[in-house]
Amino acid sequence: MEKTMMKGNEAIGEAALRAGCRYYFGYPITPQNELLEHMANNLPKHDGVFLQSESELAGASMLYGVAATGKRVMTSSSSPGISLMQETISYLASAELPALIVNITRGGPGLGRITPAQSDYFQAVKGGGHGDYNLIVFAPASVQEMMDLTMLAFELGDKYRTPTMILGDGIIGQMMESVTLAEPVEIKQKKPWTVGRRKDRDYRNLVISAPFTNEEMVELNVRLQEKYREIEANEQRVECYRMDDAEFAIVAFGIVSRLSLAAVDSMRNKGYRVGLIRPITLWPFPEKAFASYPQVKGYLTVEMNEGQMVEDVRLAVNGAVPVHFYGRGGGFTPAPKQIEEKVAGIMEGGDLA
Amino acid sequence: MLREYNIAGFGGQGILYLGQVLAYAGLLSGKQTTWIPSYGPEMRGGTANCMVVISDDKVRSPLVYNPNVALIFNKPSLEKFGADIMPNGKALLLSDLIDGELDRDDIEIFKIPAKTIAEEMGSAMSANMVMLGALLTIDPVFDYSQIEAAVKKVTPSHRQHLIEINLNAVKKGIEYAEQMINGGYKEQEG
Amino acid sequence: MKQVFGKPKSLTENPFTYCPGCSHGIGHRLVAETLDELGIVENCVAVSTIGCSVRCWRNFDVDVVQGAHGRGMAVATGLKRALPDEVIFTYQGDGDLAAIGMAETMHAAARGEAITVVFINNSLFGATGGQLAPTTLAGQWTSTYPNGRDVDWTGEPIRMAEILASLPSTSYIAREALTSPKRILQAKKAVRKAFDVQINHNGFGLVELLAACPINLKLKPVDAVKWVEDKMIPYYPLGEIKNTKGVG
Ligand SMILES: Cc1ncc(C[n+]2csc(CCOP(=O)(O)OP(=O)(O)O)c2C)c(N)n1
Ligand code: SF4
Repeated sequence: MEKTMMKGNEAIGEAALRAGCRYYFGYPITPQNELLEHMANNLPKHDGVFLQSESELAGASMLYGVAATGKRVMTSSSSPGISLMQETISYLASAELPALIVNITRGGPGLGRITPAQSDYFQAVKGGGHGDYNLIVFAPASVQEMMDLTMLAFELGDKYRTPTMILGDGIIGQMMESVTLAEPVEIKQKKPWTVGRRKDRDYRNLVISAPFTNEEMVELNVRLQEKYREIEANEQRVECYRMDDAEFAIVAFGIVSRLSLAAVDSMRNKGYRVGLIRPITLWPFPEKAFASYPQVKGYLTVEMNEGQMVEDVRLAVNGAVPVHFYGRGGGFTPAPKQIEEKVAGIMEGGDLA
Repeated sequence: MLREYNIAGFGGQGILYLGQVLAYAGLLSGKQTTWIPSYGPEMRGGTANCMVVISDDKVRSPLVYNPNVALIFNKPSLEKFGADIMPNGKALLLSDLIDGELDRDDIEIFKIPAKTIAEEMGSAMSANMVMLGALLTIDPVFDYSQIEAAVKKVTPSHRQHLIEINLNAVKKGIEYAEQMINGGYKEQEG
Repeated sequence: MKQVFGKPKSLTENPFTYCPGCSHGIGHRLVAETLDELGIVENCVAVSTIGCSVRCWRNFDVDVVQGAHGRGMAVATGLKRALPDEVIFTYQGDGDLAAIGMAETMHAAARGEAITVVFINNSLFGATGGQLAPTTLAGQWTSTYPNGRDVDWTGEPIRMAEILASLPSTSYIAREALTSPKRILQAKKAVRKAFDVQINHNGFGLVELLAACPINLKLKPVDAVKWVEDKMIPYYPLGEIKNTKGVG
């Protein structure tokens, strides 16, 4: 398979094309413009549709229109733009439409700055818009994963008829890394629910988010929750690094997990029994992984925010051992050495009761 | 094998391009590579830098805090990054633009008048490639043919005419550094 | 002669759920008759938007995609780009199209999307109880401006059809009223042209239909219709405003 170097943002675009996505709508915002431009340059070559929308509100609704036809479609933005898309994301969840939304997060709140951040974790995994729903949320930690998880996001989106999200950060979005190109896929799945030409069916299709009766409203919610439970059971993805004999573990996603890997290696060389749990899906949160390591006496969650994923780690650990937090918002990137000092401090401070 | 590079200077000096050539050479020699343009904590007005990691193994941190090798193209970058270079590491300084000294005795320091060399070639813009050539001699991780292939790969289609000029500049850098090392680099400073 | 009030085939058996005297029912019939005439129920997708007509999917016997409030033309843009061979229409109220959806409306029209827009202008927000719309007439009572629309405070009502006609990429724009059998026949022709321009010329077609909302005007159905005739039509002149492709 072909190996090359590309930016994380471009890898998402390249993967989308290889996954058969031929529709992209978006509105420029840094730090994800490479992706928008990759689609602008490449979709026409594939007879696809690239349209720069007048806003993220409109772009998301265009995406919704394509999603109703069952064709693979995506959009991308960064935090403020993703906030505007929440309206449609809720509609997509309700109408059970697959579509990929990419958030190359920047620091907030407000306009913030384009510094790398992970401060949209809550928005991504706890719903984001109104109503009871979830997205399948992927957190790539390498350019290779930008590619592979984009492919997977389209596949699972179709499988469960649900919107999916790539939650990336500006560092992985902008960095180049060696990557093996994914094989293009042919989409064979039948989608009997899509709108369009009615020649082969004697029923009409409705893509709606407005149940007519209270009973139908309850049914919709029951159906969605059943689907989410199924996704939770089947789709938790995680990387566990040097966990088998770890007495302490770091929990981190995205670029922070890479920095944490360096910290783990360095500490292992010094004799500390430290491991790393890296959630690859942020929703469903890989809580099962935590149960596999009962010997771990404590956790440190490291994030580029003021403490968001740490809440899910605490839920997963459920009080069994202490869960510490290290992180800050506003463009802070924890250096491996800083992570190391933090872990060493906890391990030596007898904080592992 | 693990090499972490920091390449720093002004915007417009071809810093990011040089880093990409290096990263591609890593890819072509079967290594894992990452390249990151100036971002986050390293962001400064007017300066550009990039970090490149080349490794046999999966790259852990793509952010480089203590490079094995630093290529420094101006004085502000020297002031900013000089102290971070890994002990026993190497610093290549673009001496035409850096009049100050790097006060470290635990690293090897090489002063390359890459701008003058490039100007003598009639291609002032190629100082970055002269630096790359010097790097090839000073820290021979790649051979010339890998660099040649990387330059061809990285140069955008509308700049193809620059490939030959760039490769000549790389060769000049190789020659200069060879002479410098053989003749003792301290004498070559002027 | 066409029968305006017979049930068109493109309507389902579901009863309308609109108030007595509401113009939405007539609007639905005109669209459905047009779908019948064109024989396109099998290759037509409707976009329903938010307002009293949000559940028009219960009545139009076609595939329907229901979008968010105001985003009808953006949804239709996505549909048309993905299904260029299907006929796509939106059915939108004035709050939807001209208040919250103004940006989506203007830009879909500016791009000249090959879609048909059926725009029901009843001068207020019906579904939420008679609040001010961008189309509310000067002095008109609304629940949010009970002393009547003060144009110094809220501006003059917007004439969407004229604004959209001024955009170079729109092809067919007309305004008609759903007030009398004669006017309804006129309206029917305009609806047909707004579809024809999409089907035959890949053009953007919009028909604005002045409509009565007796409940929120707090008038009897006949008086509400008369109000539209007497108050709305003078401010919102009827007729074809633009027909660059000469459909007809
Ligand atoms: C984002 C959002 N804001 C507000 C509403 C509430 N809402 C529903 S319908 C409507 C007004 C509809 O008015 P119009 O488009 O004129 O249609 P009508 O009901 O008069 O037919 C409003 C404000 C909503 N559904 N969504
Ligand atoms: S509120 Fe007005 S627009 Fe809505 S159904 Fe009743 S009469 Fe029709």
